[in-house]
Amino acid sequence: MSENRIQWLKFSSPKNFFALVERLLPWFWAAALISAAIGLYIGFFVAPVDYQQGNSYRIMFIHVPAAWMSMFIYLIMAVYAFIALVWRIKMADVMAVSLAPTGAMFTFVALWTGALWGRPTWGTYWVWDARLTSELLLLFLYLGYIALHAAIPDRQRASRAASLLALVGVVNLPIIYFSVKWWNTLHQGASISVSKGASMSSSMLAALLTLSFSCWMYAIAVTLTRAQAETLERERGAMWTNSLATAQATEPEENNLSETNNGAVV
Amino acid sequence: MSHPLLILFKRDCSLFLRRRQDAIAIIGFFLVAVALFPLGISPEPQILRTIAPGAVWIAALFAIVLALERLFTDDLADGTLEQQLLSAQPQSMVVLVRLAAHWLVTGLPLVLLSPLIGLQFGLHGAETGVLTLSLILGTPVLVLIGGIGAALTAGLRGSGGLVTLLLLPLYVPVLVLGTAAVSATMTQSSPEAHLSLLGAALLVALVLAPWATAAALRITID
Repeated sequence: MSENRIQWLKFSSPKNFFALVERLLPWFWAAALISAAIGLYIGFFVAPVDYQQGNSYRIMFIHVPAAWMSMFIYLIMAVYAFIALVWRIKMADVMAVSLAPTGAMFTFVALWTGALWGRPTWGTYWVWDARLTSELLLLFLYLGYIALHAAIPDRQRASRAASLLALVGVVNLPIIYFSVKWWNTLHQGASISVSKGASMSSSMLAALLTLSFSCWMYAIAVTLTRAQAETLERERGAMWTNSLATAQATEPEENNLSETNNGAVV
Repeated sequence: MSHPLLILFKRDCSLFLRRRQDAIAIIGFFLVAVALFPLGISPEPQILRTIAPGAVWIAALFAIVLALERLFTDDLADGTLEQQLLSAQPQSMVVLVRLAAHWLVTGLPLVLLSPLIGLQFGLHGAETGVLTLSLILGTPVLVLIGGIGAALTAGLRGSGGLVTLLLLPLYVPVLVLGTAAVSATMTQSSPEAHLSLLGAALLVALVLAPWATAAALRITID
């Protein structure tokens, strides 16, 4: 048990994290691209045409994974925010910051593909449905987090303030969702049921699951890439970043600033 | 002779009353914003009655966000806030007292003006009553949640726009419940469920928000 703990904490040091990510990244990228190719192939060529919606249902293969990811990523971001706030582990904040743009991107994709699907199916790009509205509010929560983190010049304060905001957001998220649902049942404007038939052909399900896996892998890969860049920026001037730079022979000596915090944890 | 928290409460109230122009600006904003709805949408009595709850609530919501900028900025700049948090009193109580004083001078005037606006929008007696009641329960929630946003952004350049972006998604539940209470009264159904939920939101916010605001202030101060 204690060995396990040490292993994990080892990778919360920026230097070890960077090296680990360097080795893992190609695998995540490969998994993302291959599963995307397989999933898209099944989705476009194997899965049958829906008897009600025709071919337009196929956008679901992008839309549903994106909607799932948009919510999962917020939760994961909040977990990292909690770790950053309570134990003040720098890498946890790096991860939370790196997750936010991907989460916002998936939220936007979910909204956009939802609109494109809604046009042929419902006859309108947008309805003020409970799910659509709460997804839109989720996008604003992401933007608020990103904006707050970017607005505070002091890095430590930015990290802790944005982390607190993410936690306030995650506490409020269910309340927002249920209040929007409550509001939606009161104003029953467009009587459209978003939930589709429960039964789904197995090839549709296969495509959906493969593409969900692909989205996970993509999210992990892109987040880790961003986290690497963020780590390098934060640790500039540290010994290991300097030796990394000299090893790559891009900028031999200019980076040697007086600040030499070696990026230890906490 | 009196409790330190009571002195703090009096200090905050009198500071605000000595700078009356701020309070007047907020009340003025509220009244003008509400008046823009009939101009922008329609003076048709039926339409006015339909949009009244939303118009009053949205105007109140923005007025409260506008007032938040005042909450901590000055005291942060001259170091008073730091001393208040260092005092022997619990930090969340200090925050709660300050928020209460802030609501008393910015939120309560909006509540008191709302019957007048109900009259302008052609609401009946019971509907106006429910509107006022929903604001009494809802505006403190807005101030309490707003405290977190104000604490996180205190002292930042251009914090006004930022605090709006942070807070408005969090304000949705209060807006929905407040307007739904009035709309329910209009359709002859009971607003009790909405008001009960608003009351519940107030109680939860009273417990959690000062604590979160105190945590946010500690982050801002270090």
